[in-house]
Amino acid sequence: MKAFSYERATSPAEAAALAGRTPGARFIAGGTNLLDLMKLQIETPAHLIDINGIGLDRIEATEEGGLRIGALVRNTDLAADQRVRRDYALLSRALLAGASGQLRNMATTAGNLMQRTRCPYFYDSNQPCNKRQPGSGCAAIGGFSRAHAMLGTSEACIATHPSDMAVAMRALDATVETVRPDGSVRAIPIADFHRLPGDTPHIETALDPGELITAVTLPKPVGGRHIYHKVRDRASYAFALISVGAIVQKDGSGRVALGGVAHKPWRVEAADAQLPAGAKATAAALLAGARPTQDNAFKIPLVERTLGAVLAQAEAMR
Amino acid sequence: MKFDAPATTNPIDQLKAVGKPTSRIDGPLKTTGTAPYAYERHDAAANPAYGFILGSAIAKGRIASIDLTQAKAAPGVIAIVTAENAGKLGKPTGHTVRMLAGPAIDHYDQAVALVVADSFEQARAAARLIRIDYVRAKGAFDLAAAKDGAVVPETGWTAPDSAAGDFDGAFAKAPVKLDAIYTTPDQCHASMEPHATMAAWSGGKLTLWTSNQMVAGAVGDMAGTLLIPKENIHVMAPYVGGGFGSKLWVRSDAVLAALGARAAGRPVKVALTRPQVFNNTTHRPATIQRIRIGATRDGKITAIGHETWSGDLPGGGPEGAAAQTRLLYAGENRMTKTRLAVLDLPEGNAMRAPGEAPGMMALEVAMDEMAEKLGMDPIRFRTINDIQVDPEKPERPFSQRALIECMESGAQRFGWNRRSTRPGSVRDGRWLVGMGMAAAFRNNHLIKSAARVRLDKHGMVTVETDMTDIGTGSYTIIAQTAAETMGVALERVTVRLGDSAFPVSCGSGGQFGAVNSTAGVYAACMKLREAIAQKLGFNSADAEFAGGQVRVGNRSVDLGEAAGEGELSAEDVIEYGDIAKRYQQSTFGAHFVEVAVDAATAEIRVRRMLAVCAAGRILNPISARSQVIGAMTMGVGAALMEEAVVDKRFGFFVNHDLASYEVPVHADIPHQEVIFLDETDPMSSPMKAKGVGELGICGVAAAVANAIYNACGVRVRDYPVTLDKIIGNLPPLA
Repeated sequence: MKAFSYERATSPAEAAALAGRTPGARFIAGGTNLLDLMKLQIETPAHLIDINGIGLDRIEATEEGGLRIGALVRNTDLAADQRVRRDYALLSRALLAGASGQLRNMATTAGNLMQRTRCPYFYDSNQPCNKRQPGSGCAAIGGFSRAHAMLGTSEACIATHPSDMAVAMRALDATVETVRPDGSVRAIPIADFHRLPGDTPHIETALDPGELITAVTLPKPVGGRHIYHKVRDRASYAFALISVGAIVQKDGSGRVALGGVAHKPWRVEAADAQLPAGAKATAAALLAGARPTQDNAFKIPLVERTLGAVLAQAEAMR
Repeated sequence: MKFDAPATTNPIDQLKAVGKPTSRIDGPLKTTGTAPYAYERHDAAANPAYGFILGSAIAKGRIASIDLTQAKAAPGVIAIVTAENAGKLGKPTGHTVRMLAGPAIDHYDQAVALVVADSFEQARAAARLIRIDYVRAKGAFDLAAAKDGAVVPETGWTAPDSAAGDFDGAFAKAPVKLDAIYTTPDQCHASMEPHATMAAWSGGKLTLWTSNQMVAGAVGDMAGTLLIPKENIHVMAPYVGGGFGSKLWVRSDAVLAALGARAAGRPVKVALTRPQVFNNTTHRPATIQRIRIGATRDGKITAIGHETWSGDLPGGGPEGAAAQTRLLYAGENRMTKTRLAVLDLPEGNAMRAPGEAPGMMALEVAMDEMAEKLGMDPIRFRTINDIQVDPEKPERPFSQRALIECMESGAQRFGWNRRSTRPGSVRDGRWLVGMGMAAAFRNNHLIKSAARVRLDKHGMVTVETDMTDIGTGSYTIIAQTAAETMGVALERVTVRLGDSAFPVSCGSGGQFGAVNSTAGVYAACMKLREAIAQKLGFNSADAEFAGGQVRVGNRSVDLGEAAGEGELSAEDVIEYGDIAKRYQQSTFGAHFVEVAVDAATAEIRVRRMLAVCAAGRILNPISARSQVIGAMTMGVGAALMEEAVVDKRFGFFVNHDLASYEVPVHADIPHQEVIFLDETDPMSSPMKAKGVGELGICGVAAAVANAIYNACGVRVRDYPVTLDKIIGNLPPLA
């Protein structure tokens, strides 16, 4: 770990302003990902701004009938919130499918969105990685890529975004609210929040330098059956090989997002439209343009079959 | 004490302490976090500096230049050790590779430097400032590609070739036969405690607090590396947080802590990082195995052949995966072959049940496949081919062999008769459910082991031996042995382990620790009994030791009184004659597993497991059970998830942390049961016990794989059995 300086912010605006003034600064909340990466010197911030004291730890109703989730609401609290469990069960289930109880107690809503890939080559600083060291190349391409992306990949990067929560947020059409160093605020649709790798896989989100997430808002509930099916090699405490987050209405319409297949949660409007036609048609629309590697080609049938199981479960719950 | 004839009735048979389900006596220290592990011995070595190892960034080649300028100038740095300034180092026989590389590099993450600094963080940060120019050389990293160049190994625990009868002829003629290739991947021990050492010099004398399974071996390795006399080295490893074979030898942490402490002029401690444990230390090598079995239509094996290939660095040894096939089943015509290729991966070496663990992963699937070809129940097929003598040397019987009893009692307990013989035919909601079984087999090794026992004026008994407790329960079974033999309560026994100042034991490994170390303690206790009797003028043959007293006829004396003001002490070693040559000593068992396979996703989840073990006298049913359930859990890992994945371009294990090298978590192991058959083996030692810690893993993965086949009808011969190897063969969803 490189030596770094540290300070505590007392308000969101102050935190963003501090970050704007200090090049190389990073926000720290739960630290469940950042600290690991700092120990490996994959992240080497010169300055840490601790945002645990700035509030943003409430879940409130919005005027539109939705929920505003503070950036610092812990994953455990979010998953257990009665309103979330009742109206946004997909989110609760996705959260509980991730990490461990101890990690969820620390991890925050914003931090979960900001977590970085689990590509093993990203974690080994002896290996080329365009995400860790832009321009150095991608060791995963042609290497061990069983868990990697097959959609929206580039010649520069085939990493996935590891979050379960973000998949649910994507299916729920969440919005990410932020404040910038100059004090201005904006709302970023979740669809635009995470980026595809392109030639700049090190730039992972739409956030500007120093911009701080203050909340994630959910629109008013849409009803339906909420199912999150995460597929993994062991029963708990593993990142998704793939995951399917779906909300299915009584008439068979609905929306679906995938995890573990791309650099961001994967949702395709045309696929949502195919849901009443069944898993095969929906999967075909979701996976259009997929470019799997030899190691992860199994994800193609896996997505279709998992989607089939999800739709069968939704049917059975009607 | 020489043991060369079957044990007769002896004090252990009283079973007042031995055989009792005793919770481990070191448990409270561990649950309260007060057991002193090597890296935390600040009480013993004040103000240690911190060493951080820099590993090679390439797998093979050499260091063209190394620039320490920036690192030396970094905050807190005290010293930097490299091959250039370390002085001449030897390579002891325990090591395939050098613990400090340079200029030649033998494998990825091989240590190239140690940075010593005032804090761990300073040492780690400075290590990153060392600039090294490497020249890469082409290496061999792919076992399948190197297989054809494999040769007969010069070293190894078993002979590379064995043969009896005419295998080729009998196999060609057999009416029912199997010829199949199985593969097992590289695996990592993944002990909870990483390799860690604290080192301190005083004059020319070195003291090491380390995490090691074999203390006397560690002294020898250090002497051979540092080229100093063994007498100048004191090694202590009283608490070890798991080893599984990865700590049978000293590794770079110990060697570099010693070199760092010498360079820094103060105690230095070094712990490997988790990624370093994967690529800097040893692993279980991958295997490719070909098994051929020929049988008559009524299920009698006429030919059995097992060939196995593995790789290691030059000078390394093979994974002896064919060893069990020489002994487990009958068949007049048999052959095994073990071949070794050169691979430039990190060093391959022992991991829990080396040889048998991966060998049984293949053999016991082959037996399941043969049973199916014969239309025969797998237990029936194994029973028909049970044999009570060494199949290669029929004049040499097994000392005990209760394989059939293990299988039959297990079948009854598990409800084996409810298994459908038609794969893929049992459905429970979204799950396809199946049952599988496998035999368990692991040899019992007799290794000499010494101890010293002291009796003080309070009647307290202290046992001292360099035996280690690597989480296995050694402290407890040794205390039970001394309590039994000396006739005192368990609370009156103190056990001191893991110190090279104590008599040399067998150490922990090869499931030989429990029986041999307790037999050594028994020998020392018997000698102490003689000393006590002699001092009191008793005839030792008539003396009874019970209730803290020694008694002859009407006369009884408290043990404390017998010791008097000084203390009485006795040291002895258990040594074995040729009894193991005359009798084959092995442990047996049967594993039963029920699994569920998700009909849509092919996710595999174990539902319940049962192990029935026949391993001689069980010294402590609690610690023995813990050994077996731990081994069963490790077997599930081997079956379903554990694979250190080789990057065949760059030559290293890619998934080098516990987020990506998955081992089972609690949710993967819902239900385990262990049954020990009630038996004693008088050929093993005066303890009449054998090992269980490795028996427990042998066969587990095959039982899981066989259950998967029974559940979904997909036979996977390449471990681990993961959903991607199944999903393409599942029927379409309804």
